[in-house]
Amino acid sequence: MFPILLILLLPVALQAAAAPMPEGRQARLTELLLEDCGACHGRTLRGGLGPALTARALEGRDPETLFLTIRDGRPGTAMPPWGPYLKEEEIRWLVEQLQRGAIHAR
Amino acid sequence: MPADRLLQRRVPRWPAATLLCLWSLLCMASGSLRGTGDLGVVIGRADGSLTVIETTHRTALGRIDGLGDLSHASVVFSRDERYAYVFGRDGGLSKVDLLRRRVEKRIVQAGNSIGGAISQDGRVIAVSNYEPGGVRLFDAASLDPVAEIPARSGEGGKRSRVVGLVDAPGDRFVFSLFDAGEIWLAEAGDPGQPVITRFPGIGRQPYDGLITPDGRYYIAGLFGEDGLALLDLWHPEAGVRRILDHYGRGEQALPVYKMPHLEGWARAGDYLFIPAVGHHSVLVVDPHEWKEVTRIALHGQPVFAMARPDGRQVWVNFAFPDNDTVQVIDVDRLEVVRELKPGRAVLHMEFTPRGEQVWVSARDDDRVVVYDTATFGELARLPVPKPSGIFLTARAHRIGL
Repeated sequence: MFPILLILLLPVALQAAAAPMPEGRQARLTELLLEDCGACHGRTLRGGLGPALTARALEGRDPETLFLTIRDGRPGTAMPPWGPYLKEEEIRWLVEQLQRGAIHAR
Repeated sequence: MPADRLLQRRVPRWPAATLLCLWSLLCMASGSLRGTGDLGVVIGRADGSLTVIETTHRTALGRIDGLGDLSHASVVFSRDERYAYVFGRDGGLSKVDLLRRRVEKRIVQAGNSIGGAISQDGRVIAVSNYEPGGVRLFDAASLDPVAEIPARSGEGGKRSRVVGLVDAPGDRFVFSLFDAGEIWLAEAGDPGQPVITRFPGIGRQPYDGLITPDGRYYIAGLFGEDGLALLDLWHPEAGVRRILDHYGRGEQALPVYKMPHLEGWARAGDYLFIPAVGHHSVLVVDPHEWKEVTRIALHGQPVFAMARPDGRQVWVNFAFPDNDTVQVIDVDRLEVVRELKPGRAVLHMEFTPRGEQVWVSARDDDRVVVYDTATFGELARLPVPKPSGIFLTARAHRIGL
């Protein structure tokens, strides 16, 4: 009985972990990235006052470090914490998109 | 031959195409002959376009495309107010004809660029670059390169990103080195051989600079510490002095979601109005003593604090997440007298030369809103995709713009 329940629950658990970001929210996060992050990092993400955020520039970087940088900012630099305005799963989604090079300026 | 037959034979000989040509020439001559003093441009940051506007009837005249990455763009004008020089983020420098509404010439002069200036005599365009860090000078007519000023500093001569580039009287340019914490003064009377005076140790991370409207004082705002660096261009030999040290004393600075911009700090009445970095306030400064007179609490962190040309009002916009609001300070009473909501993500404000209108861009609502500055009533609303900077040709005749 118990193993069967676990098996039944498995798809639910998997779905929760990889819950897709609603499309409207994806669009808003993309806009935020290009426009507001882009104010310092460049709308093409090739850098400005802040460093480049292209997939190439972020290659091999630890996703957890990137997550913490976005959530908590980097004290002593101009990078502010976005934790107050973004949910953790939204930050993780952004990190994933950035490292995959999935977000481009038109 | 009867007269009517003559007419019939002659009509085909008077070719319709010629008539059409003459007619359109007449139309063009009467329709397009105009001045440029009421013109301006709005930057479209998403599609790299300019929208040409006119402030007499408050309309858009047309669009110019193909200007590259304009996500952080600025514009200066030729002294005849016909050409706009557009500085793009991607290092692009474009010379645009406002009357013909076309790009005359475009070069990509660096990998990453932040802004530019035009010399007092109108012959030289200077561009400040992040990558490679420094300033490049170009001939204003041809955009041919004239000189390069690499912003090398410190051990190993690392190049610094350059911010806060302005023109100054005497065919000089002044700018700040973000990474090195220096102000440089370049005398470009002979533009091919600019003479540089360096002012090191001005403070950490100068993020922008401005020159007072009389062209006498250059001021760099500091991101890395509370305070500003002041250079008196009448007495550069006296060096740079720190002013308004520790203006955030005793208060925790808030995270900054958008760097303030300083070009709009203008003298209004007896004061200068300066955004306090990391605080919800503007500093009101006495420009004789360079002391804080008071500070005015605001809706959010100011980005631009722009004085209406007559100095009676200062309009302020704000950084994320308070960027849907504009507040108006009455300079006589030193208090906020009005709050407006032009749209989401207000990025810039530009006054007409005598200040009766102000044009405001709201990026996320894809519109530019024009207000009457006396009544605060809305005069016009123009659809512009992702508008950012608004630049009117009257800047051609103002020092530092």
